[in-house]
Amino acid sequence: MRLALALIFLLLAPPAWAENVVLGLSQRSVSITTNFDGSEILIFGAVKRSGAIPEGPPLDVVITVAGPNQPLTVRRKARRFGIWVNTAEIEVDSAPAFYAIATSAPFREALSDTQDLRHRVSIPRAIRSVGAPMEVENAASFVQAVIRIRKANGLYQLRENSVEVAEQTLFKTSIAMPANLIEGDYQTRILLTRSGEVVSEFNTVIEVKKVGLERFLFNLSRQQPMIYGLLSLAIAIFAGWGASAVFRAFQRN
Amino acid sequence: MMIYLPIAEVSVNAFLLLGLGGIVGVLSGMFGVGGGFLMTPLLFFIGIPPAVAVATEANQIVASSFSGVLAHFKRKTVDLKMGTVLLIGGLIGAAFGVVLFNYLKALGQVDLLVRLCYVVFLGVVGGLMFIESLNAIRRAKGASSAPKRRRQRGWISKLPFKLRFQTSGLYISVIPPIIVGILVGILAAIMGVGGGFIMVPAMIYILGMPTKVVVGTSLFQIIFVTAFTTMLHATTNYTVDMVLAVLLLVGGVIGAQIGTRIGVKMKAEQLRILLAIMVLVVCGKLALDLLLQPGELYSIGAAGGH
Repeated sequence: MRLALALIFLLLAPPAWAENVVLGLSQRSVSITTNFDGSEILIFGAVKRSGAIPEGPPLDVVITVAGPNQPLTVRRKARRFGIWVNTAEIEVDSAPAFYAIATSAPFREALSDTQDLRHRVSIPRAIRSVGAPMEVENAASFVQAVIRIRKANGLYQLRENSVEVAEQTLFKTSIAMPANLIEGDYQTRILLTRSGEVVSEFNTVIEVKKVGLERFLFNLSRQQPMIYGLLSLAIAIFAGWGASAVFRAFQRN
Repeated sequence: MMIYLPIAEVSVNAFLLLGLGGIVGVLSGMFGVGGGFLMTPLLFFIGIPPAVAVATEANQIVASSFSGVLAHFKRKTVDLKMGTVLLIGGLIGAAFGVVLFNYLKALGQVDLLVRLCYVVFLGVVGGLMFIESLNAIRRAKGASSAPKRRRQRGWISKLPFKLRFQTSGLYISVIPPIIVGILVGILAAIMGVGGGFIMVPAMIYILGMPTKVVVGTSLFQIIFVTAFTTMLHATTNYTVDMVLAVLLLVGGVIGAQIGTRIGVKMKAEQLRILLAIMVLVVCGKLALDLLLQPGELYSIGAAGGH
């Protein structure tokens, strides 16, 4: 059914307007340093066309930034024997660790439902969940909970009307990335739409990675866990001895 | 000042961690407990993933206990012989506890079990200590009643393999301390703590050791059990966060030094009743979390974590 719909749309789609995105990013990569406190990325660009600006509805821009996909286990608590315990759980096959949408108009105006379905743009459609066990009631509420919790943490964002478009040619927005980011390739998509239909798509990647001390410690803990553990203990023993020695010196005076 | 933790992959306020480490360090030095039973729930609360909190806390306890034990060595309030006997039991128990923990993890609901463990043990230990200390203070006030020696315990004195523990002034079998060590080791591994809050009362009430020696000896034993746990977590789960540990232990070691000095100036009964109250408060908080409806019924975990 979904495939059929998509095919119909392909056939009905208006002839491709030769409109392409020329993109700029304030930074290609985000470095997680020891004092990393979130990051603001400026995404800006221009629309390149062969002819004049097409007649008809104005151009809208939809921008998404998606972190690495991860499988999740979502648990629900219920009261059993007077205490609150996890009683139900489902596996979400894949959910982005970070997901931000910025649009130049209200979301539904900028992108029709069918186009959203096809390009998997809105937050619920960016999450894939198929294998909910039969015995769990109301499996959809688990996915809603993921969205609710992550929206509260700033990890999922839907920011309508936050892309500025000038002369149907220049556009810009900024995406705020919170401090609790994880490493990986953040897929960035720019969709140009007219009356809800996607006319052009552009993809790029923002790389988020740990650098310096963060990188060193993370790698050491994975590649040389024995040395990492011993180093942790050595630091602990040294700090314990150091504090004791310092205090004794104080007391003598 | 926010700081990004490389293993926990979250950003937290550095001063908050230093402060928490300091407060828990003071308590650690005063009572001879590692402070893990207090710190681990606090770390959950500020958003550190539980697995990282438990593993890193073990590492931090090594530091604060080492700092504390040095102060006790200076005053000769560590019973090395008793500590070693307890340690042998502790390591056996910790190894067994980790196996048990992984088995329960496979069954699911390990979080609930850990919480219930906390509530039950903190409640029982705190309650018993509180009552006992109150009685001791009452006896001390009523000068007429002669202080009772609690050294004579029928069945314990009949056990074989007796050893003389000079620092504690005891001549008892090694079987009770080894069993105490094993039990505390198991609980320590399951609950992700040093186990001092169980060890200290066990040494006082089961083994009959003098309170002043108990603190130093407990710290001595905790260093090795938590070092063992740290290595286990670092090599199997990769969950020890060195940056988090350093922040906690800088506050912790300083706090432990202050705490040890406060502890020396206080009477044993006062020390015990304070520890009892603290244990009961933590227990009450954890019990409320289980009993009251949580604000968010759903929680997100990494897949495969059963």
